[in-house]
Amino acid sequence: MKYFAAVYLLFASLAVLAGVEYREFANPRQQEIYETLIKELRCLVCQNQTIADSNADLAADLRRQVHEMVQQGKSKEDIIRFLTDRYGDFVLYNPPFKPLTLLLWLGPLLFLSIGLISVFVIIRRKKTQAVAVLSAEQHEKIRSLLEEGDQS
Amino acid sequence: MLKYIVPFILFIILAVLLAVGLTLKPGDIPSPFINKPAPAFFAPKLDAPDVKLATVDLKGKVWLLNVWASWCASCRAEHPVLNQLAQQKLAVIVGLNYKDDPDDAKNWLARLGNPYTVSIMDREGRIGIDWGVYGVPETFVVDKKGIIRHKHTGPVTSEDVQKTLLPLIAQLLVENS
Repeated sequence: MKYFAAVYLLFASLAVLAGVEYREFANPRQQEIYETLIKELRCLVCQNQTIADSNADLAADLRRQVHEMVQQGKSKEDIIRFLTDRYGDFVLYNPPFKPLTLLLWLGPLLFLSIGLISVFVIIRRKKTQAVAVLSAEQHEKIRSLLEEGDQS
Repeated sequence: MLKYIVPFILFIILAVLLAVGLTLKPGDIPSPFINKPAPAFFAPKLDAPDVKLATVDLKGKVWLLNVWASWCASCRAEHPVLNQLAQQKLAVIVGLNYKDDPDDAKNWLARLGNPYTVSIMDREGRIGIDWGVYGVPETFVVDKKGIIRHKHTGPVTSEDVQKTLLPLIAQLLVENS
């Protein structure tokens, strides 16, 4: 009996630790909007976590805000606009494509092309060097050395 | 010679970029509210919860909104600076008591001094969300027309007051409402 009580208490305490938030939705569509949104919004306190992942107070408040707006029937775009109006684009994990974020989006492509071009240039340079370097005299020397090697 | 110059230039560029990176403050998120109207609030006063303060009540005045809480350690560090600023009576300082227990908040002010012309309560952090607050303390400067002109994230130091807040307040005071 004592054993069972101990096991029960162990699991009961785990449930408390998990701190699951219970949210109600009018329909599965709303739940879907809520769940995608909280994974796309950044917690501004702990900047590398989404508000779904974060335990920060502000993240909990923002989840509450998103939940309320979803329940009011607001669309995903409405809610995103509400939050970017207040916190700026930084609140979005997926930054929008606009002039200010051009380097962010195209940077990787830019660096890849710089890399590819450098590799191409280096290979070409090596090729031409390899051909030009040996004179007829040196070819002769190589052949004689190779023959010498064969004899021994 | 080129063999040495190119890596050297690349090194310099990298060093400059890293040096700039060191001076950036990733905690300072630019507020989208600069030069935009201050979000309206209508909130109970800390010392008289039955009376509410609205943003329209502050029209025609240069005012500061300082977000604070008794649980916030940096607010305590900032507090003497605000007390000093309040003594100069240049601008209205509105305290937004953010997610705090009213009794704790009142005790805090009684103990450390009250720099606020008035404090309003935001127990659920909703006004905070409206103002884009993400780290307490934060300080906004609002002009006579109700436009936010400046935001300071984190504790205000006396250097910030001298270099940024006082010149800005002086400038806003002579502007027409």
